[in-house]
Amino acid sequence: MKNTKLEKINNTSVGVVETQYYTYARQGKQHKLESGETLGPITLAYETYGKLNKDKSNAILALHALSGDAHAAGIHKGDEDKGWWDEMIGPGKAFDTNKYFIICSNVIGGCKGSTGPSSTNPATGKPYALDFPFITVADMVHAQRHLIDHLGIDKLLCVAGGSMGGMQVLQWVASYPDRVRSAIPIATTLKHSPQQIAFNEVIRQSIMADPAWREGSYYEYGQPEKGLSVARMIGHITFMSDQSMEKKFSRRLKKDQFSFGFDPDFEVEGYLHYRGANFVKRFDANSYLYITKAIDYFDLSGSKLIPAGKSIDTRFLIISFKSDWLYPAYQSQDIVRLLKRRHVDATYCELSSTYGHDAFLVEIEEQTTLIKHFLDKTFNGYMVVGSYGD
Amino acid sequence: MATWWWEVMATENIRLDYSIIYSIIEPGSHVLDLGCGEGDLLYPLVRDKQIRAQGIELNDKAIQECVKKGLSVFQDDIENSLREYPDNSFDYVILNQSMQEVKKVDCVIQDALRIGTKVIVGFPNFAYFKSRIMLFFRGRSPITESLPYLWYDTPNVRFLSITDFKDFCAGKKIRIIEDHYLGEKKIVHLFPNLLARNAIFLITKQDR
Repeated sequence: MKNTKLEKINNTSVGVVETQYYTYARQGKQHKLESGETLGPITLAYETYGKLNKDKSNAILALHALSGDAHAAGIHKGDEDKGWWDEMIGPGKAFDTNKYFIICSNVIGGCKGSTGPSSTNPATGKPYALDFPFITVADMVHAQRHLIDHLGIDKLLCVAGGSMGGMQVLQWVASYPDRVRSAIPIATTLKHSPQQIAFNEVIRQSIMADPAWREGSYYEYGQPEKGLSVARMIGHITFMSDQSMEKKFSRRLKKDQFSFGFDPDFEVEGYLHYRGANFVKRFDANSYLYITKAIDYFDLSGSKLIPAGKSIDTRFLIISFKSDWLYPAYQSQDIVRLLKRRHVDATYCELSSTYGHDAFLVEIEEQTTLIKHFLDKTFNGYMVVGSYGD
Repeated sequence: MATWWWEVMATENIRLDYSIIYSIIEPGSHVLDLGCGEGDLLYPLVRDKQIRAQGIELNDKAIQECVKKGLSVFQDDIENSLREYPDNSFDYVILNQSMQEVKKVDCVIQDALRIGTKVIVGFPNFAYFKSRIMLFFRGRSPITESLPYLWYDTPNVRFLSITDFKDFCAGKKIRIIEDHYLGEKKIVHLFPNLLARNAIFLITKQDR
């Protein structure tokens, strides 16, 4: 008895979870996309953790990054892989499942259960491939809104996410300001800089340059492994920092001496190959193309986040990381500047970390303190201890 | 029964300068605190006087403490933090015990007067008699309770007296609405430029 009690106290995991599916925009009710094209039916894969309270005021939407999925916390039955934000979502954690109801859904255009280029096109019975319409971050958020409606939630306590997840956070505020009480954009931007677009273009070109890509129609033959693997290698370089790579690999060799050949000699090379090969097994090449394009198109600068003359009640917690050179702190500061001009209640924190862009997934302690208290204030307000004054 | 602010401050053992600023600020106002530290000044104001507060602070740890108190704060240095705010964004802008650490004091005060209807400035008085004694009799840079740093290890870059600040206001067409002079534990009434350790001014633009 005692042991099980202790286990319960120590247990900070949401435990075994199951992905659920919601389909809308069925026949005749196609979803109109920002590009003008239509898509339907649309399925969203999603998971939930914690319990929705009676007045449905404790719902938080966690938004994943480029290659993420709906599996944000806990484990799936028969699998040991924890969700991508497991350190942040659970009992007593930053997003405390004892208090809040957390939802995470896979974006449209993705390949983890939501409708994307690898899904079956109802018109042909084959995967969409390049017949899949172009989607934008606004389209992803629009689809999530359908899910939130389906769950019967009128107003989200918070929308939170890093990187592309942070873009969705900002898009939620832009598209549905009355439906979000607070927003936590982490390591993100109002728009991609030419440098960020350039990296994405190299990523796309490396996929498309692989003959195995076959103009996107590779589903009968298998993934364009080489191209997709190189694409992911480029990505991983941008996620780390000079410092974190020095610490992780330095110039260490895989074997005792140089091979004087073109096989990977250095540990860093081996690591990139490993990450590339792994990615091929879990992520669809066309999804990578479509989603990188969507985040390149994303632009909420100027008065696009909050239209001129409008005011919003959404509170903000903005977090950036000092060593992140993919989404540098100045881009988060641009969000802060915009919010200052519009008198929006906001907190900005630039955390010291050497992990580069990856920091938003690995720097747990300080993010937990910030997010936990920010949510508490948003949910409960200040405790009024008495009335003072004359 | 109503409790008076100085009783609240006394029971919570809050610094004298904080309790004076607490008494100045009207309930429900919109306040910006430049160099808000761990939020010990803003927190009671938000809790008791329902002010809308925003802090600016550079220190990592202090930011975390502010957030723990539920305060909204931007990590930034004071000199860079004011530009974006539209005119008259706040009822009060507070510059308490942080002005002496700012290089472009003139710009910061002018910007504070632009974005805030009123500005509260609090600073250590360099002409405090103990400082004068150290300088005059001992021939050393003053180290006092309100200026506790050694010359090579001080965050302060500006050293001013109460009289200096009054001259500054007169020269810059700044109107002094209230002035408060602080000794160790009490308000100082006589010869403030000599006997006050700290001063707090409530100022506004002369044409306002």
